[in-house]
Amino acid sequence: MADLLRDLDFFHIDELLTSEERATRDTVRRFISREVLPHIERHFANETFPKEIVPQMAELGMFGANLKGYGCAGMNNVAYGLIMQELEAADSGLRSFASVQSSLSMYAIYANGSEEQKKRYLPEMAKGRLIGCFGLTEPDHGSDPGGMETRARKDGDGWILNGTKRWITNGSIADLAIVWARVDEGITGFLVEKGTPGFSTRDIHGKFSMRASITSELIFEDVRLPASAHLPNARGLKAPLGCLTQARYGIAWGAIGAARTCYNCALDYTKSRKQFSRPLAGYQLVQNKLVKMLTEITKMQMICLRLAHLKDEGKYRPEHVSFAKRNNVNEALKIARDARDMLGANGIVNEYPVIRHLLNLETVNTYEGTFDVHTLILGRDITGENAFE
Amino acid sequence: MKILVPIKRVPDPATTIRVLPDGSGIATDNVKWVINPFDEIAIEEALRIKEKQGGEVVLITIGQSTWQEQLRTGLAMGADRAILIKNDAALDSLALARILAKVIGDENPELVLLGKQAIDDDSNQVGQMLAEMLGWPQATFASKVEFADKKVTVTREVDGGLETIAFNLPAVVTTDLRLNEPRYASLPGIMKARKKELKEIPADSLGVDLAPKLKIKTLAAPPKRQAGRKVGSVQELVQVLHTEAKVI
Repeated sequence: MADLLRDLDFFHIDELLTSEERATRDTVRRFISREVLPHIERHFANETFPKEIVPQMAELGMFGANLKGYGCAGMNNVAYGLIMQELEAADSGLRSFASVQSSLSMYAIYANGSEEQKKRYLPEMAKGRLIGCFGLTEPDHGSDPGGMETRARKDGDGWILNGTKRWITNGSIADLAIVWARVDEGITGFLVEKGTPGFSTRDIHGKFSMRASITSELIFEDVRLPASAHLPNARGLKAPLGCLTQARYGIAWGAIGAARTCYNCALDYTKSRKQFSRPLAGYQLVQNKLVKMLTEITKMQMICLRLAHLKDEGKYRPEHVSFAKRNNVNEALKIARDARDMLGANGIVNEYPVIRHLLNLETVNTYEGTFDVHTLILGRDITGENAFE
Repeated sequence: MKILVPIKRVPDPATTIRVLPDGSGIATDNVKWVINPFDEIAIEEALRIKEKQGGEVVLITIGQSTWQEQLRTGLAMGADRAILIKNDAALDSLALARILAKVIGDENPELVLLGKQAIDDDSNQVGQMLAEMLGWPQATFASKVEFADKKVTVTREVDGGLETIAFNLPAVVTTDLRLNEPRYASLPGIMKARKKELKEIPADSLGVDLAPKLKIKTLAAPPKRQAGRKVGSVQELVQVLHTEAKVI
């Protein structure tokens, strides 16, 4: 099988990248080709996360790559996006790990933490020695995080935390949980270290998707936290939503990677498999699907590159990210479904990566703002009418 | 130790190469370019030597301005600085060796480490020519390089097995596949590389004879391989190998 990680660059978008951006992409691509792809199907089958590659990812500078200082690489947002693209070309679970570590956990501290918290946690997280998770979603509050029931109440200098978070990526393997909770003044964030009395985790099993990624429930029963565990600059729901915007930005790029792997696989397969008189790729119905894939991936690339430049220039809005996340993940999902179809029976076995990407993308379409929620965000933006309630 | 590592830009080994219809070269649109893999091994070895003994790793390439990108990748791996000898036309091995010999006269490295060959034209000549021009000892196809005092011991991969030779510095060593596994250019390394020195020198300012001695008349893709044939049993296979292929 030819190299499934190869580029798809119909519009010479490569020429719009700087040499550092290309070098970043090539480094990550090479890394996943050597260190991840040979093992990823086994991890997906066994429902395990490839934790052994975390130190290498850290050494290469992948965690918090677009943050400045505190031991982070300080790359621009194009380079950061390309990292996510290449990680998800391997597996959405791997990209999820990196998103949660970088854009949710590290960014939460970077944007809302005290100088002391940043100095204490960020360098360790960049080195991969401290793994983070991000507790916002609850069993009864997904698209509506403002309704959260987790509460923190003042207790002397510190706090007492109670509540349950669910669908938390990295939950049980995390050393540090960023937990969002309601206090008298509204919603704010706390840093809860693993092993704090009253804090426990339980993994969610039986997933048909994101099996190479750990998903957990976080349970807080009268967890006593010192004053230093509070994120002082996290005031209101906009604090966690700001983190989600960062993560969604990376997801929009990641979708390109997953879609590209599916396209490359479908192209190779249909060119080599003969049915009736000629290769499958010689039939109009198959060509129609391939051209649709090519077209959508190319559009996804253009959206992401423009979004990256807007982000670097400080001109992007969360609605731009909603647009990119909504479109790219949904199109990637359709591409994966088409690719699955084009591979016939081979499309359901793990000899090919397509079914794994398809199953993963079902999650990606839902998490970090469902497709429909992003539709409402964009609908509100263009009409001025709020259709959420 | 100061080590000079000449590198060449080549198409990514994973790229499908297409010969132009007129046979004048290969189609370069949409080709991904990388450091010649054997040269990458040379960079890695130079970095390991530097990490052990200190010194400087200087990269050099001879080509167009766009080749800067491969130099930057080498700098991102950890090399200290780079030189681009700018020349738009493709040069043959002899001209390349002459340029390198001239630059080495100015740079005075103790060791020149380079790939045994480039994977595009597989000439396998530059290292040998260079050593001859400099009057330096050479070891080609190195699979192990060790130092003691001013002496180098190199294990070479030769047809019959391994050959170990020892000689004094300065010297030219060309690298084989099993010498090491090159590191990845880390993202902080990529950021640092941006600030490292990359000097451009026009090739025609060196006063070196660049006139080609070698002319490529035409390029052609190898003929398509015929499909093989399936045999029914081991017995039949042995028989066919004996009677038809006549190899046993």
